Amino acid sequence: MKHASATAPSIRGGAQGAVALIRARGLSKTYPTADSGEVTALRSVEFEIFHGEFVSVVGQSGCGKSTLLKLLAGLLPATSGTVELDGRPLSGPSPEAAVVFQSPVLLPWRSVLDNVLLPIEFRRLARSRYRQSALELLDMAGLREFARRYPFELSGGMQQRVALVRALVQDPRLLLMDEPFGALDAMTRELMNIELMRIWSRSRKTVLFITHSIAEAIFLSDRVIAMTPRPGRIADIVTIDLPRPRELAIINTDRFGRYVAHLRPLLEAQGGAF
Amino acid sequence: MTTQPAEIPHVAVADAPSQIARGSIIRRYPQLTISPAVLIGLLAAWWLASNVLAAPAYILPPPQDVLQAAVQGLARAPWDRASYWYHAGITVWEALAGFAIGSGFGALLGLLLSHWPLLGRSSYPYIVGFQSLPKVALAPLMVVWFGFGLEGKVFITAIITFFPVLVNTMAGYHSVEPERIELARSCNASEWHLLTKIMIPSLLPFLFAGLGVAAVLSILGAVVGEFVGARAGLGMLLMQYNQSMEIAPLFAVIVLLGLIGFMMNHAVGLVERRYCFWAQRASSSTRP
Repeated sequence: MKHASATAPSIRGGAQGAVALIRARGLSKTYPTADSGEVTALRSVEFEIFHGEFVSVVGQSGCGKSTLLKLLAGLLPATSGTVELDGRPLSGPSPEAAVVFQSPVLLPWRSVLDNVLLPIEFRRLARSRYRQSALELLDMAGLREFARRYPFELSGGMQQRVALVRALVQDPRLLLMDEPFGALDAMTRELMNIELMRIWSRSRKTVLFITHSIAEAIFLSDRVIAMTPRPGRIADIVTIDLPRPRELAIINTDRFGRYVAHLRPLLEAQGGAF
Repeated sequence: MTTQPAEIPHVAVADAPSQIARGSIIRRYPQLTISPAVLIGLLAAWWLASNVLAAPAYILPPPQDVLQAAVQGLARAPWDRASYWYHAGITVWEALAGFAIGSGFGALLGLLLSHWPLLGRSSYPYIVGFQSLPKVALAPLMVVWFGFGLEGKVFITAIITFFPVLVNTMAGYHSVEPERIELARSCNASEWHLLTKIMIPSLLPFLFAGLGVAAVLSILGAVVGEFVGARAGLGMLLMQYNQSMEIAPLFAVIVLLGLIGFMMNHAVGLVERRYCFWAQRASSSTRP
């Protein structure tokens, strides 16, 4: 925790706008266990994410990073603490924040285009008004010719890109991504990261990206939030000062290596490299 | 650095089965030759047993007698009370009406009991209790309640088809991927949208499995209903032929019932293929 307090002022200073898009204050979450005990998933987590920022949360499995995402998405109530979205306390899912899940969660009976328009239907908006932007987003993701296809005709990487387009179609200000490429093979994953960078640089959404890969977090992010396992707490928030646009080759540079060397021990509060 | 080229070969994989299509239709579908061969083999064994080994005709009538009885029964006009068409029409009508009522209520109640878990938990013991009851045991009661008309047969068919549909609907509801529900919640979906756009389509494959079982059971329900007392129907014909020891027409009616059951199940399969075309292919690719 002393790391967090040491670095936090410099981050506030470095941010361009004064108002944070999302602000977590003293966020804690405990779950009841089967033997009527309690398990603490998150303990007093505090951070801010500013407009247009790409922030990753990195930690081992079981460090509560998925819980954190669900709290920020309004899918779970916090045990204590608050989440503010654009200065207003969050009380449930908001159209301003869209979630990309670990698996694509595409509905197999709907075509790609109908899957993308699903949030529009859920929010009782006119499909016809969003059709064009949905097609443009599919085009941007290189999926235009697949609009009429069904999910089972697509590869895993393509399915996850459809899920990303589905999140973007509501034109949210915040994208919450929960290890979206965790289920893909290493090669596809690298390509997806580059693709995500390209889409992000065009759409300029604010992104909170959950991952257990340190390299992925550094490669993608403006800042990386490192979390300790059980109970999940913030060990450090590191500003990644690498030039953009970034190419895969940046992974082999010394600066990249120093970020990795700094972050890795923070995640290993209880030992173990993987 | 572009991403598309690496992705496209994955799609080509989906077309791989077309390579097998080069072979002839018989090589592609070996069952097309094997299953008629099985039928011919069974008929030959039957013919041998009755004609050559001389099994008594009141135990195993020769196939040609059964065929003759079937032709006689089917050659008459459908409104002729001696034709099989007339009786088959009655039985199919009872089965379809019972199937529609029973599976309709089964699906509806299955949704209600799953959607309101308290309702489901509190009525579960009664459902299990009633399901363990052999429903055909209710058939004699139907005559007392409804007499010899069609209503009793429809009622017992409805009860018999109700349970497989109810149980499958509930199983389908509980096996919906939690991520799909979370997706809907994250988009502020209403309960109605959650039900109609996520839950009901997701459970369709389970529902159709239940409907397939119910379709076959519906014929059973109608026939058992007719056994205990009826003025018409294939079940009543079976009882008549049994009492008069006309075994060849008895066999003809049994074969006819088998065909009707097969067609009912096949009809459900056709509807399933129309509305659940995605189910089999999806299960292999949605999960990484």
